[in-house]
Amino acid sequence: MQTKIKVELKSLYKIFGAKPDEMISRVKLGASKAQLLENYGHVLALNNINLSIYSQKIHVVMGLSGSGKSTLIRHINRLIEPTSGSILFDDNDILGMNSIELRKFRRFKASMVFQNFSLLPHRTVEQNISYGMLIQGLESDKLNRDTAKWIKRVDLTGFEKYYPVQLSGGMQQRVGIARALATDSQVLLMDEPFSALDPLIRKDMQDVLLGLQRELSKTIVFITHDLDEALRLGDAITILKDGRIVQTGSSQDIILQPADRYVAEFTKDINRGRMIKIGSIMDKKRDAAGPELDKNLSIDQALQIIDREGVSEASVSSKKNIIGTVTLSSMIRALGKPSENNPLDPSGANFVGYDKEP
Amino acid sequence: MEFLVEFPSMGSQDLRDLKKFIDLSFRNFSREYGGGIEAFFEPLLLFLVWFEKLLISAPWPIIIIVVSCLAWAGSKSMLTVLGAVLSFLVIGYLGMWRDTMSTLAIISVATFLCIAIGLPLGVLMARSNRMQSLVTPILDIMQTIPSFVYLIPVVMLLGIGKVPGLIAVCIYAIPPIVRLTNLGLRLVNKEVLEAADAFGATDLQKLFGIQIPLALPTIFAGINQTIMMSLAMVVIAAMIGVQGLGQPVLRAISNQYLALGLMNGLAIVAIAIIFDRISQKFGRRLQKHSDMNNAN
Repeated sequence: MQTKIKVELKSLYKIFGAKPDEMISRVKLGASKAQLLENYGHVLALNNINLSIYSQKIHVVMGLSGSGKSTLIRHINRLIEPTSGSILFDDNDILGMNSIELRKFRRFKASMVFQNFSLLPHRTVEQNISYGMLIQGLESDKLNRDTAKWIKRVDLTGFEKYYPVQLSGGMQQRVGIARALATDSQVLLMDEPFSALDPLIRKDMQDVLLGLQRELSKTIVFITHDLDEALRLGDAITILKDGRIVQTGSSQDIILQPADRYVAEFTKDINRGRMIKIGSIMDKKRDAAGPELDKNLSIDQALQIIDREGVSEASVSSKKNIIGTVTLSSMIRALGKPSENNPLDPSGANFVGYDKEP
Repeated sequence: MEFLVEFPSMGSQDLRDLKKFIDLSFRNFSREYGGGIEAFFEPLLLFLVWFEKLLISAPWPIIIIVVSCLAWAGSKSMLTVLGAVLSFLVIGYLGMWRDTMSTLAIISVATFLCIAIGLPLGVLMARSNRMQSLVTPILDIMQTIPSFVYLIPVVMLLGIGKVPGLIAVCIYAIPPIVRLTNLGLRLVNKEVLEAADAFGATDLQKLFGIQIPLALPTIFAGINQTIMMSLAMVVIAAMIGVQGLGQPVLRAISNQYLALGLMNGLAIVAIAIIFDRISQKFGRRLQKHSDMNNAN
């Protein structure tokens, strides 16, 4: 399945400081973030970012604090101007827009959800949700109808007249999400939207988001520092370190083929049995004797079935077609962590049938 | 040695010439343009005279009803309304009704003028750091320079009367509204403004839809201070011919009438407290969105 590229960042650089334009040549010649800070007092926030964000997918950008992920997402709607590079949206150059075009772009094409919610404290829940539509200049009939629809959709019925301070964090962020979705823009920029919430609420909110996404199929750029969240939500995941992209791939890529020690270190504590899908580790041979298992089953689920059936291998299927084989031993090998010496070789798991589809 | 003990001043003859020169040039300036400036302020004078007449000629029960409605609208507190009505009754009973109306007229107009000039000025200051560094020292001068000093040029230009009095009151009372408007706007959460940017709001939409509403409690603290300071200027304004409660106070000072001074002074205090309570409570009610308990 080939999907369309919605947003494309090409050799994007961002340097904070007094003379970013002079520094850019040093960076392009290979000056590191530390050197730039030490010798010239400039901060290299983004270093040669090349990223394609596909239409109707959730693209997670993950990194620790200071990795430049919040800076990155703010380039897409130009809340921050790049030092050099280009940003394409549906093949239109965003950097070429004048301020009127840019405002129009922000009103109709890309809406944003913020880490600290950034609700308007003097407006009630319904007034917050309708804010984007108000700025769009929607007529009040449609505005009121849509507001009511979104209040219902994010389960805030009865709280219409409340002010943000009166709501819990999770409820506030549901207002934030509804406010962004109500503008009906195709792209949703989410800057660590759930990081300020406690773990149980965070999980709820991830479910809310996944539910909404199944229904709406937006193009979502989602920033997080939490790997579990990234693996759970991301159709594609980009890992950022010191303003540089370390790896971009599906969750299976990140777990099974970490690009370097840094990524391997990140993924070492995850629950591999639950995260790795059998489709990612299968062998392409189609001669297995055992039961037929869907390629999206996790290793844990597959092992349970194989154990119940008392067999040692199973066929892997995609939409009822047999596409490969998994064996008990290949699954157990995949559960092992990537070896310490060579993180690029995760303990000899079989990659032949490796699934490229995001 | 004499050089060190005696400060090497410019010499009394030169100094006299310098002062004479300044005085003369300002006198010439006021002779030249005084008429024009007076004409410029003519509409203000007419309005002030009309408003004062309106307050004085209106039947007193109507004034008391208006004051109590204002108190209720502002404070939503029966106690404040009761206090206001009682104070006005006592003031009237003690024979200070007419002077009080004159004072009310001038502080209302002064406050209105201060808001009309100070609010936009504060907005400009909040939007530009250069504007802020330009206006702040001027505000400092306005607040610290002894009022009598700026009374001199004002009187030279416009003579004695209501308009120079009004200008003197405004010079003294306008700094708080400018400062607090600036402060309030600058204190608005940057993240909220970023969100507005992300949704494509224009500068005006941000100013009127977010910044001013969120700064309103602070702006109101400024308005409250402006009212208080214009009341404090009533006596000094009386020195250049402004009618009102300041006149009897001045008479009391020069003739050592203790009771007269006390009564009129206390009347000013009473008006000050009433307006302070009304505007403070109103300012507090503007913050209901940040107060979890009374938002409903």
